[in-house]
Amino acid sequence: MRIGVFICHCGENIGRTVDCPSVAKACANFSGVVHAEDYKYMCSDPGQNLIKQAIKEKNLDAVVVGSCSPHMHEKTFRKACSDAGINPYLVEMANLREHCSWIHDDVPLATKKAIDLVRMLVEKVKFNEPLIPIRVPVTKRALVIGGGISGIQASLDIANAGYEVVLVEKEPSIGGHMSQLSETFPTLDCSQCILTPRMVEVYQHPRIKLMSYSEVENVEGFIGNFSVTIRKKARSVKDELCTGCGLCVQKCPIKKVALSDFDEGLATRPAMYVPFPQAVPNIPVIDRSVCTYFKTGKCQLCKKVCGREAIDFEQQDQFIKEDVGAIIVATGYKLYTIDKKPDDNPIKGYGEYGYGKYKNVINGLQFERIASASGPSSGEMIRPSDKTVPKKIVFIQCVGSRDESKGFSYCSKICCMYTAKHAMLYKHKVHDGEAYVFYMDIRAGGKNYDEFVRRAIEEDGVKYIRGRVSKIFEENGKLIVKGEDTIAGVRVEIDADMVVLATAMTAQSDSSKLAQTLSVSYDKYGFINEAHPKLKPVETSTGGIFIAGACNAPRDIPDSVSMASAAAAKALVLFGSDVLEREPVVAKVNEATCAGCFYCQKVCAYNAVEQKEIKDRQGNVIKVVAYVNSGLCQGCGTCNATCPSKSIELLGFKDDQIYAQINSFAEVF
Amino acid sequence: METEKFEPKIVAFVCNWCTYTGADLAGTSRLKQQTNARLIRVPCTGRIDPVFIIKAFEKGADGVLVSGCHPNDCHYNTGNFHARRRWIFFRQLLDFVGIDSSRLYFSWVSASEGKKWVDVVDGVINSVREKGPFNGYKKLNKEIEIPVK
Repeated sequence: MRIGVFICHCGENIGRTVDCPSVAKACANFSGVVHAEDYKYMCSDPGQNLIKQAIKEKNLDAVVVGSCSPHMHEKTFRKACSDAGINPYLVEMANLREHCSWIHDDVPLATKKAIDLVRMLVEKVKFNEPLIPIRVPVTKRALVIGGGISGIQASLDIANAGYEVVLVEKEPSIGGHMSQLSETFPTLDCSQCILTPRMVEVYQHPRIKLMSYSEVENVEGFIGNFSVTIRKKARSVKDELCTGCGLCVQKCPIKKVALSDFDEGLATRPAMYVPFPQAVPNIPVIDRSVCTYFKTGKCQLCKKVCGREAIDFEQQDQFIKEDVGAIIVATGYKLYTIDKKPDDNPIKGYGEYGYGKYKNVINGLQFERIASASGPSSGEMIRPSDKTVPKKIVFIQCVGSRDESKGFSYCSKICCMYTAKHAMLYKHKVHDGEAYVFYMDIRAGGKNYDEFVRRAIEEDGVKYIRGRVSKIFEENGKLIVKGEDTIAGVRVEIDADMVVLATAMTAQSDSSKLAQTLSVSYDKYGFINEAHPKLKPVETSTGGIFIAGACNAPRDIPDSVSMASAAAAKALVLFGSDVLEREPVVAKVNEATCAGCFYCQKVCAYNAVEQKEIKDRQGNVIKVVAYVNSGLCQGCGTCNATCPSKSIELLGFKDDQIYAQINSFAEVF
Repeated sequence: METEKFEPKIVAFVCNWCTYTGADLAGTSRLKQQTNARLIRVPCTGRIDPVFIIKAFEKGADGVLVSGCHPNDCHYNTGNFHARRRWIFFRQLLDFVGIDSSRLYFSWVSASEGKKWVDVVDGVINSVREKGPFNGYKKLNKEIEIPVK
């Protein structure tokens, strides 16, 4: 074999700590290496040409590039070599940057390690075989998980481009948190007024299949070819018959039985309910945990009044299979609940603020409901305890955010803006009222954002106090807020009528479970990771699965909408081609030695191993061996390690390739 | 003293999706670590044949580290569970074949745990440095006169 070794300086990134010329020199002496050189930027055009030229001149048949991580430039170098006539799978990369120069200081030691790393891959590449990419068809349909503003935007973009979308929402209605908001910053336009037309557009779109009150149960397959199982939860109402007249909701005798999730627990709802008047779809749900019929077997009033006979008490959860080519995750966020502290939660909480203990200490979303015209008080600014108008409100920012000792280390990004908005909304409704904001810094980065906060301070007279609140307690119907003004250097005490906590945005509680179902990575807070923080912000670690909105990190509406459109564009890129090329890293069976034990079949997570009969000329079955369906195989190699007779091998990571690396890691042996 | 100069040789088998990427992150974040580890990238910990580990010791490794995705986070759904089950049995056999099983290390390092990877690598290197060189196979090789390349 004629191997060429190319060592990249990566400017100074590698060259500073690894003596690249001497690495190239050492590599030239390895057996099989006929050409070795170093260059400043191997990934640049001249660098790639250098490789191509050497392949032609020296008649190379395999290449090892010592440069950055294969996750970075493996494709680049495979492509370059393939242009020069070498099969791309005869190219290996030694990671001299992320795994060597960037993590070490000592030049001789790093250089020695670099030589070892290249040697191991030179030995490996000797056993590489030419492989041909697998071509698979693309299912041009998308699944969008989550019907908040991000999911709505992504669905509409894909559907308007001409492809079908399945939109799955776990709540009875789409709309998400945006439908709960009163007004939006920095324009103060009514949230529902701009959102509900989009919701209706989704509902009426001929290419969007809306599945509300449903959850993703299982996902199989791979980019371009996912098979998704969706659990359609029992609504107890036949959605194809219901007209949304609402008679059943009116007649339900169990009126104030449960706290409304939509109103953040500030109002109650009947056992049969539609979350809010503009709900899409406008189909009610029976809450079986409180319904009299499900508890005692009597009532059925809703069934009696329904002229369409749409009520179905016997309805069961249905499991529906959908084939899609791309998945967009837009599951959004939840507010950090400070009153409940489950044992497995590392968050220590803010007991001293009295949330859950004092009725007039509320969180940001509850304030939205109070301020909203569709809220429990029809937009009248009244406090929960005695329904009087609060004359003094204290807003506290960063409750849970930017507080590693008690909450989360990250910034929730939107609270500075929504607190300014809350204070403004309050001042617009209660002119003689006083609004105080305790803040750490004002983070108002965004178009017209800082101007908005200035407006709250300068035009609406909201009083901003830099400092933290140490304690809140109730005295004579007032909430005594004790804090510190760190600019004036004095202690502050305010007797407030109501306190609004800007609690942190957190990941949905089941987001890590969903991430596991989708095989995408997530961070320690449960937010789903992007594939690259800068260059792949909407992709995930799994091909064909994209993210949008606050399921990735705290994010406001404009950012979520842009991200959703970006994710939709990524899905559309996928749908632009009829077939997709997949890495040929799949398992292959040696039928001559396979004894047919099928251990490989038992450990395969993808049902990719099948049984194949080998027949003689007369058609008699001589033996049954394993056969790998390369369309299903994902290339994990668990079968390879399990096979007792080593008859199944993972192409690209075969036993002899790995033994070659092990055998060569240390010079002495 | 020879032991003072001893620098352990560590072979690390890491999965492509979690630990290799986590090690990349350590690099991108410029988190310094010792130079003793040599990584071998495999798609999944499920791919790691126990014989790889024995082979690494035979070829002169003083310690072996195996690291992959956290349980439930495997890119291939269940590969790391198969690996974990395999190690439970395999570990008990190591001492039997003459390899000090405490020289075999396992960890789960995710793609976002660059710092943890540095701690794991340095921890393994320091621990093996304390144990001293692993001579079992070297002696054996000498006895049966395996030619040294």
